[in-house]
Amino acid sequence: MTPQDIIRPENKVYARPALLNENNMHYCPGCSHGVVHKLIAEVLEEMGLADKAIGIAPVGCAVFAYNYVDIDWIEAAHGRAPAVATAVKRLDPTRMVFTYQGDGDLAAIGTCEAIHAANRAENIAIIFINNGIYGMTGGQMAPTTLEGMKTSTTPYGRRVELNGYPLAITNLMTQLDGTCYVTRQAVHTPAAVRKTKAAIRQAFSNSMDGSGTSVVEVVSTCASGWKMTPVQANKWMEENMFAKYPLGDLKNTVQQ
Amino acid sequence: MEEEVRLMKGNEAIAHAAIRYGADGYFGYPITPQSEILETLEAEMPWETTGMVVLQAESEVAAINMVYGGAACGKAVFTSSSSPGISLKQEGISYIAAGELPALIINVMRGGPGLGTIHPSQSDYFQATKGGGHGDYHLIVLAPSTVQEMADFVGLGFDLAFKYRTPAMILADGIVGQMMEKVVLPPARPRRTPEQIAEQCPWAVTGRPATRRPNVITTLELDSAMMEKHNERYQQTYRLIEQNEVRYDEYMTSDAEYLIVAFGSIARICQKSIEDARSRGIKVGLIRPITLWPFPTEAIRQLSRRVKGVMVVELNAGQMIEDVRIAVEGRVPVCHFGRMGGIVPNPQEVLDSFIADFPDSRH
Amino acid sequence: MKEEIIIAGFGGQGVLSMGKILAYAGLMDDLEVTWMPSYGPEQRGGTANVTVILSDSPISSPVLDSYDTAVLLNQQSIDKFESKVKPGGTLIYDPYGVHTPPTRTDISIVPVQAMEASFEMASAKTYNMLLLGALLKIRGLVPVESVMKGLKKTLPERHHHLLPQNEAAILRGMELARTE
Repeated sequence: MTPQDIIRPENKVYARPALLNENNMHYCPGCSHGVVHKLIAEVLEEMGLADKAIGIAPVGCAVFAYNYVDIDWIEAAHGRAPAVATAVKRLDPTRMVFTYQGDGDLAAIGTCEAIHAANRAENIAIIFINNGIYGMTGGQMAPTTLEGMKTSTTPYGRRVELNGYPLAITNLMTQLDGTCYVTRQAVHTPAAVRKTKAAIRQAFSNSMDGSGTSVVEVVSTCASGWKMTPVQANKWMEENMFAKYPLGDLKNTVQQ
Repeated sequence: MEEEVRLMKGNEAIAHAAIRYGADGYFGYPITPQSEILETLEAEMPWETTGMVVLQAESEVAAINMVYGGAACGKAVFTSSSSPGISLKQEGISYIAAGELPALIINVMRGGPGLGTIHPSQSDYFQATKGGGHGDYHLIVLAPSTVQEMADFVGLGFDLAFKYRTPAMILADGIVGQMMEKVVLPPARPRRTPEQIAEQCPWAVTGRPATRRPNVITTLELDSAMMEKHNERYQQTYRLIEQNEVRYDEYMTSDAEYLIVAFGSIARICQKSIEDARSRGIKVGLIRPITLWPFPTEAIRQLSRRVKGVMVVELNAGQMIEDVRIAVEGRVPVCHFGRMGGIVPNPQEVLDSFIADFPDSRH
Repeated sequence: MKEEIIIAGFGGQGVLSMGKILAYAGLMDDLEVTWMPSYGPEQRGGTANVTVILSDSPISSPVLDSYDTAVLLNQQSIDKFESKVKPGGTLIYDPYGVHTPPTRTDISIVPVQAMEASFEMASAKTYNMLLLGALLKIRGLVPVESVMKGLKKTLPERHHHLLPQNEAAILRGMELARTE
């Protein structure tokens, strides 16, 4: 048997979604962004929303999300994606509008916009990548950085008396009447990837149904920022990040 | 809605004019002395008639970023605030300029710096005309002096913003925002349809149909050579605007021996000072820049060749005077009369100051 | 014709709305008008003033240093604006609560007992209409019909049942000005 005998349509079990283009990603090996990008492309394609989708990119590593997923994008100022998304969705409610934000973008500089967009029950989906560190600027402390965790601005570890506590922003967002679906997932195993995909699908579906704001937090690794190998990073995430940020649905008011 | 004559505040006129222009959205945050814009829009409920979106945002920062989002979709969107709030919006305005997006921003100025006063001022001239936010960019800056111009400049501002794909600002002050005058509101026109937007704004983010590549509005470019190219393109647009869009008004300049330069409602106070001066035989005229950027440099340059002196009157410590001096090129003395902190001079004060600066004008 | 008017008093006395009705009346009469308030958090109890200009030609400055007519509703306003009335001009004031009345001899000074009249009419809300009536009687400016049209424009429809009461107050104010 030669490889040509195997590469046949009837044997195909997986394909790159068409919306995910072939540009080489700038993300580091082991980074979670690539997987989440692919899931967004898959879900949009499967839901037939490619021509309706408008993504709002953040400032942070995912600032270049528009280089990889072939939909219309707006790159927002740091933290302002939910405000940008608010206007886009309100001006045309038939669009599928989502933000893609990191922990610094959503939980530090953009807390105000995130909380208020969710409190207004804007019909948008917020995809929130939480890796506990600022990746793009070179590994500084994030609001979600764990206690004791070393970063370039907490070189001896985060101390709560200096830097406050790790911020579980997603739990906070469950308290808002405007959120209909708040969930915390990960993409470190095939099973976790499948659950995250289902979560994104529900969030997008809520957005199109006008059910309110959906928040999908993806607890992620930053192997480079954490100064680990991808495998070590996954293990460290399971042992440390999941303790503070346990996986699962935090809120779901939408009838399935 | 037909053309209509009404009596209203400048702030209210802006709201009514925007609905009649067919604006798609307004995003704002309350601050004195311009809150009537948001209040009037909320009371008029245009979402029931034209479909216009009106939203009270959580902050000026959120509001300008909503405008950025709406503008990226090719929609006619605007925001308004007063000086401290406009400072907060500067980051967003820089992004809108960099994204080459059309948008309208209204600043009903109050006295600063800091929280300052709620009373009228023109101390944001530098901020409006010299950039304001980071980076090399300009806004088209329109300075209304009547309630009628408050209404008219909404349409003009939007039209220029879309023509050049650049943000425009109405730089008003507390006087013209709060005073009531007769205003002729234009007949209403429909909002643009999605088809018209797709045709007129092929760059707009609308959701990608299968027939085109993705539209992406971004202001980030890490390749310096590319970033310089973007800057060169912005500058080309600014040169075009300078060539085509200078606007100003002249009053009694034909035989003038002296010139007053003033903008906005202060120009009207100066007009009254000139009426009084003329009755005393003092030949003084007025030039009122309507576009503060692009500035009517050439018009002032020409007039400066045949007058003996120029006085710039502003509600600030001396900002527009720098542009006037550039225009005058040292030919004749250029002096300044300004009040600050929310104090508005009366016509007599202006005239007294003029005579003190130019005692030879009485002959 | 051009009339430059200042109306000043306590916030809550209806200073701004009196000016507004006058401006609307001017609009009804095809005049050019400006209405320039002292704006801000000057609500009940603070001081408030408004400059109204009525003219048959375009108006330049909305901000003035002297006035043809002043309508002054408290002591502070008299102290501040008496000297700003042009020689030959008119000063209308309500003597109620005024301990130092205006004294200039080169202007026409008209006291109008509007506060007392509003007690008689058993409605504090008619106070500014009484003074407006007095102003119209003394200065002419615009016909009462234009004022009533202006009033109708400024009052929300749910308050239109108050129109007769306001008209009565304007007419009563005109009488007060006559009997002074």
